[in-house]
Amino acid sequence: MASAQPADQTHYAVKLDAPDDFAAWRDAARVLVQAGIAPDRVSWTEPGGSDDLFAEGARALPQPPANAPTPRVNKRFLSLAKNAALHSDPRRFALLYRLLWRLQQNPRMMEDKADDDVRRLTELDKSVRRDSHKMHAFVRFREVEDAAGEAHYVAWFEPDHHIVRANAGFFMRRFANMKWSILTPRGSLHWDGETMREGPPAQRGDAPEGDPVEDLWRKYYASIFNPARLKVGAMLSEMPKKYWKNLPEASLIPELVAGAQTREAQMVDAGGQNFAERPDTLAAIDKAIHSCRNCPIGEMANEAVMGEGPQDAALMIVGEQPGDQEDRLGRPFVGPAGQLLDRHMELAGIARSTAYVTNAVKHFKFAQRGKRRIHQSPTAKEIDTCRWWMESERAIVKPKLVLALGASAARAMLGKTVSITKARGEPIPLDDGSELWITAHPSYLLRLDGDARLKQEKLFDADLAAVQERLQELIP
Amino acid sequence: MGAQTTIEKLEILADAAKYDASCASSGTSKRSSLGKGGGIGSTEGMGICHAYAPDGRCISLLKVLLTNHCIFDCHYCINRKSSNVRRARFTPQEVADLTLSFYRRNYIEGLFLSSGIIKSSNHTMEQLVETARILREEHEFRGYIHLKTIPEADPQLVHLAGLYADRVSINVELPTDAGLTRLAPDKDAKQIEGAMKGVKASIRQAKDEKKRFKHAPRFAPAGQSTQMIVGADKASDADIVGKASRLYDGFGLRRVYYSAFSPIPDASAVLPLKRPPLIREHRLYQSDWLMRFYGYRASEVMQATDDDGNLPLDIDPKLAWALKFRGQFPLDVNRASKEELLRVPGLGVKAVGQILASRRHRTLRLDDVAKLTVSIAKVRPFICTADWRPLTLTDRADLRALLAPRQEQLELFAA
Repeated sequence: MASAQPADQTHYAVKLDAPDDFAAWRDAARVLVQAGIAPDRVSWTEPGGSDDLFAEGARALPQPPANAPTPRVNKRFLSLAKNAALHSDPRRFALLYRLLWRLQQNPRMMEDKADDDVRRLTELDKSVRRDSHKMHAFVRFREVEDAAGEAHYVAWFEPDHHIVRANAGFFMRRFANMKWSILTPRGSLHWDGETMREGPPAQRGDAPEGDPVEDLWRKYYASIFNPARLKVGAMLSEMPKKYWKNLPEASLIPELVAGAQTREAQMVDAGGQNFAERPDTLAAIDKAIHSCRNCPIGEMANEAVMGEGPQDAALMIVGEQPGDQEDRLGRPFVGPAGQLLDRHMELAGIARSTAYVTNAVKHFKFAQRGKRRIHQSPTAKEIDTCRWWMESERAIVKPKLVLALGASAARAMLGKTVSITKARGEPIPLDDGSELWITAHPSYLLRLDGDARLKQEKLFDADLAAVQERLQELIP
Repeated sequence: MGAQTTIEKLEILADAAKYDASCASSGTSKRSSLGKGGGIGSTEGMGICHAYAPDGRCISLLKVLLTNHCIFDCHYCINRKSSNVRRARFTPQEVADLTLSFYRRNYIEGLFLSSGIIKSSNHTMEQLVETARILREEHEFRGYIHLKTIPEADPQLVHLAGLYADRVSINVELPTDAGLTRLAPDKDAKQIEGAMKGVKASIRQAKDEKKRFKHAPRFAPAGQSTQMIVGADKASDADIVGKASRLYDGFGLRRVYYSAFSPIPDASAVLPLKRPPLIREHRLYQSDWLMRFYGYRASEVMQATDDDGNLPLDIDPKLAWALKFRGQFPLDVNRASKEELLRVPGLGVKAVGQILASRRHRTLRLDDVAKLTVSIAKVRPFICTADWRPLTLTDRADLRALLAPRQEQLELFAA
């Protein structure tokens, strides 16, 4: 370059009118590229930015040659740059210009993800997008009444970057029929339902203090949280503490976290049962049920009544629960209902001694009336709780056929309430390959008189006969 | 007992909804309340999480039950008939008002409404639909609505739900029919799948109509989803992944959610006593991810399971698969195809995209790859670059131990 005149070394300083004025940057950058001004000869400043000594230089932009080609940019650069320009990093406009400059030499440079400038641009874009997303998420409106007596929703938000104007559209599209204002330290937005107005930066004190709906919101926030799954780190990474001061629900977090273990323990306790392994002998079950307090019946003054019969019985008979006499004697089916059962079994040709006889519920539930203890039916919950013991017995005896007497026994076997009338007389296959038959409870027969009793006893006999017939088929 | 206030009902009915895993509000059609039509609300494709609960889960929707009274008696469910929980009931109008109050303050993206079954399935479904109708028709609400549908309800009602809602979901509840029979005796697997099939047909038809007629009504534009409870029965991860894959294929589901069975107050005796580690749920989501975004087939995810059919808890399923199929590695990042690179443990969809873009401009060295990945240490044994070759590292017997996170760390998540 020996013969050429000394190269122009003017330094240019571009001052933008607003920190988010991408259009102005673009206009200036276009001219500078066309005039061939290298990035190190341009400084960019925004209002309030520090015009330090590097910002010294010509204020007027150079005149590009008339035939200078229009700078080329690709779409991807433009969309990233537009967004990255909103970042609060004072060096962002210089970075954008450097990239624009380099893109003229290498139009495909944006594809090189390992390039440091490209990576920095991507980072800026990412943090601006994150900030915008957090604004969409964490703006919390509070309702106030305006001069006309109408509802006006006002929010206070503190963005990290110059994103307020860029996000006005989001809130307009979302809250079109509301009157609202978003106040931030970087400027404010006001929507009256028809037009958007920009306002100066605001202070926190300009925004209202509370809103009655926040109590509901806090209640919702506290209730939807499952204390059994505490993951504070996951929460913090998405909702960093810096946002907490403007979120009405965040004040609850410390006590929710601190109380989580207690709440979980309460949930587990309320779940009630904490069994170890299933006992593997009938004797062990017998011993364990005497100290079982998994349901309120266990707390009553009574003795647990264990099933009895051969451990290898093909037939298991399940009743409801011990009655007054069973409780006194500690044996199943020895009271009036038991005697009735014995008679009908004999009639059907089933020897009671060959069957394992037990109850769905192991303790006698009663209401004291003077000296008498009046039988009370167990609740579905109590049956479900006690089911574990009956299943433990079944796992040891392994009967081929189970005969459930009455609705409680049927529930214990099936886990759901069934109608005896519909379910009786037909086998129901069980998971382990055995089958369940359902019939009425003998104490039901005891409560009937006359024709009704005769009719029900007939049905009962028919069920027992069917069971006996089936047993003959099952036992080789 | 006096009448319950709104805040008391909200406490009960939000608490009862906390076992629902989904809170997603993304993937629906784009809507705005600006311009003609008016009203309130918008959806822009991407959902927004407006808050995060201390359990790490996001809150994007008002997730409540219309009522927690229920005529069903499903053992895993806190609201089953035989449970002793406090009961409450909202009217459709109350839920609509609450949704709007929250929405106007920008607390939520919309509503996720579910319900216990009261009176009958049809009656319940009518109430759910009525809530959505009030929001959509009386208030021109354009925000997100997710309705849980009742499989036993009249298909006409389920169809109506899809016309108001962005997403409908029908929970399959348990991965196996045997588990369903045992734990949800009032439910019927055939009925559940029948309802899903109906929704799938409606979605397809609505899409087809939309192509021909501009004003055809939209039907569940965010698709349908379902939830499975993990760890309440003996189903293994392989069973669960298999079921999920059949659901994705068979019913065009948008998402399958997994909910680790959690201790519920007043639990039924039929339930297991130990809850599964939360990390198991996490591994299932990871495997779901592999199928949806990484091109793994369900059978391949199943190959990653241990002998008991469960995914290892100490390492993620992608690493587990890679360790079982070491012969496929190392892969040359400068030559391997996208499909191959997606199999490298530690390389995500984004990193693979960036590698493919960058290698058009340069031959990648290990340093370059390090810039594009979260942890180069995890990736290194499985790749070659211009200046790196792992030699026999993939043959080392202790590779798993080298790559698995430290035990203390695991405990933190498993707690």
